[in-house]
Amino acid sequence: MTGAGHADGLRVDRVRFTRGNRLIIDDLDCTVPAGAVGALLGPNGAGKSTLLHLIAGIERADAGAARFGDRDLASLRRRDRARAIALAEQEVTDAPGLTVAEVVALGRTPHLGAFSGPSERDRAIVARGLEDAGLLDLADRDYGSLSGGERQRVNLARALAQEPQLLLLDEPTNHLDIRAQLTMLGLVRELARGGLTVLAALHDLSLAAAYADHVVVLAEGRVVAAGDPHAVLEPELIRDVWGVEASVIEHPATGRPLIAYAGIAGAPLPVPQPVPLPAPLPTGESLA
Amino acid sequence: MTRPTPSVTPVTRVPKTGRRADAELGTGAGGPSEQPVPVFGTWVDAVGPGAGRGAGAPAQTARPARPGRPVGRGVRTGAWAVGLIVLLGASVIVAVTIGPAALAPADVFASIAAHLGIGEPTLSPLRDGIVWELRMPRVLTAAAVGAGLALCGAVMQALTRNPLADPYLLGLSSGASVGAVIVIVLGVGLLLPVAAFLGALVALAATLTLAAGASGGRAGAGGSLTPTRTVLAGLAVASVFGAVTSLVIFWSATGDSYREILNWLLGSLAGTDWTSVAIAGGAVLVIGIPLLTSAKTLDAFAFGDTAAAALGVHVGRSRALLLTATALLTGALVAVSGSIGFVGLILPHGVRLIVGSRHRALLPLSALAGAIFLVWVDTGARTLFDPRELPVGILTALIGGPVFALLLLRNRGLR
Repeated sequence: MTGAGHADGLRVDRVRFTRGNRLIIDDLDCTVPAGAVGALLGPNGAGKSTLLHLIAGIERADAGAARFGDRDLASLRRRDRARAIALAEQEVTDAPGLTVAEVVALGRTPHLGAFSGPSERDRAIVARGLEDAGLLDLADRDYGSLSGGERQRVNLARALAQEPQLLLLDEPTNHLDIRAQLTMLGLVRELARGGLTVLAALHDLSLAAAYADHVVVLAEGRVVAAGDPHAVLEPELIRDVWGVEASVIEHPATGRPLIAYAGIAGAPLPVPQPVPLPAPLPTGESLA
Repeated sequence: MTRPTPSVTPVTRVPKTGRRADAELGTGAGGPSEQPVPVFGTWVDAVGPGAGRGAGAPAQTARPARPGRPVGRGVRTGAWAVGLIVLLGASVIVAVTIGPAALAPADVFASIAAHLGIGEPTLSPLRDGIVWELRMPRVLTAAAVGAGLALCGAVMQALTRNPLADPYLLGLSSGASVGAVIVIVLGVGLLLPVAAFLGALVALAATLTLAAGASGGRAGAGGSLTPTRTVLAGLAVASVFGAVTSLVIFWSATGDSYREILNWLLGSLAGTDWTSVAIAGGAVLVIGIPLLTSAKTLDAFAFGDTAAAALGVHVGRSRALLLTATALLTGALVAVSGSIGFVGLILPHGVRLIVGSRHRALLPLSALAGAIFLVWVDTGARTLFDPRELPVGILTALIGGPVFALLLLRNRGLR
């Protein structure tokens, strides 16, 4: 996955995008170094998903350019772009009646010819994607029978089957329990160690701080801060961007920034008051 | 007698040095931890930010991929394809023997051989005429129309992500009928397939526009059209075009206009000849075969437009091109058979149950199954109430209606 030509990683240059009359992305600049895990943070509606779609070429920017290494992504042919960049969406769609292995095999689409079926190599890559995402046991299960967390993993495996150099993840930890969130992000780190560049839209600031090398904070279509999580995730920024009072402390075990919320700005978190529980029933009596 | 509330219950602290706590955090303090972290059931080295890239062999290389692991159900598909081809051939021969004049399969072979110039004519001219001029063209037209409709249904279901899509339910067939009937009334029969195609295209555009408008406008590309709205829009379009068809026939026809109207609205293969075979069969070959090569693109639509685009598909262009192809095919089929309903709904769903949803298997098998299905249903239509003949669409609706209901029950999530 590593190679010359994209040593600079992802660079977004003065990208602007409007939908209807609404300016969604406003002269946005950001970078993710090659082989790094970048976290895209920001409140709902800040433009995170749109930015991912623009980078993936699903929507066209009105101005500006996204580059990966020395390639201008807009100038690539669709197929070539899909071989370089994979996007895993958070999945809410209904099942299309495919097995897990078949869904993952969809990731080979940009690599297949119009007439040829999947080759041995395609099959091997699909099997590898299944294995990397821990899905081998589920390979023949119907996609519709999976839990939300399993679907997220299938989406990731499908994206990996594209053999991308840049992996875009739109809220990959949604619908996942804590352990599955950590496992998902651990896998993403592992992939980055293999040379993959990752940009993931995340909501959980502490998780982003724990797993990302680089964070990009969006607000109203603009980058308000970017860089090392330690430097970027300051209480002032969190108050300005999310309107939330927070303390940023050092995780006692990992040393990563840990964000502890104190309440919405101007309305501190209520201190829980003891609530009396109902008296236990006298012995020998039943509710019936 | 109040107990302390949970909020004031002292919390048992997990020791900071606890093995599990560290392992689960998986972000060893500022560097690689000694503890392995489970990554989806596979144990790999713990990695945290700053855990040196290239520090030691990536765990991935320790897990060789298993090449050659069968993905999907390829073998089964091949077996089904061969079986259905044989069954189609046999169905055509047997269906030709069925009818008021009793014939044996040997007679059919003899007639075919004679007309292909392989053997001497052994049948009486009357019996040969029944085989070659009456029944064979009809059975072959049924096969072509069935194959084409099933193919159209499968393609439309993928492109609109709507299990209820079918040329009949979305109004294409009704639109094609209007075009065909107008041309017949005007007496320019040569333009029949063209007019039917234009009618189908207008109906398709009307249905999609109506469905998109009804679902809030942002669905211009069709990807976010909800199935229910699309079917309702198709119903509206089909009603209007059906009424126009009836009006045109009623206003112009001098003879048995009721029968004529029924044949167009319900579909009928009565009176088909070798020209019908050429039109329907030619359309299936010329349009159907390119459709088969679009299987990969159709697969990519499984998770919607965004996912398809992320897989490198030109979403807008592909959808427009493929839907136009289905309109073209529907037009040619309706020009020879009227609007036969539900074939495009029943067969693809039946085939999906057997080989799944991958279009490489689904499209050809649906076409074969559709051909066999319509050969037999049409044979029923012309023989069940002999000497009277049913419009074949009555029988397909009789079978398709319950299937439609079943799909509604099974897809409770449909909006």
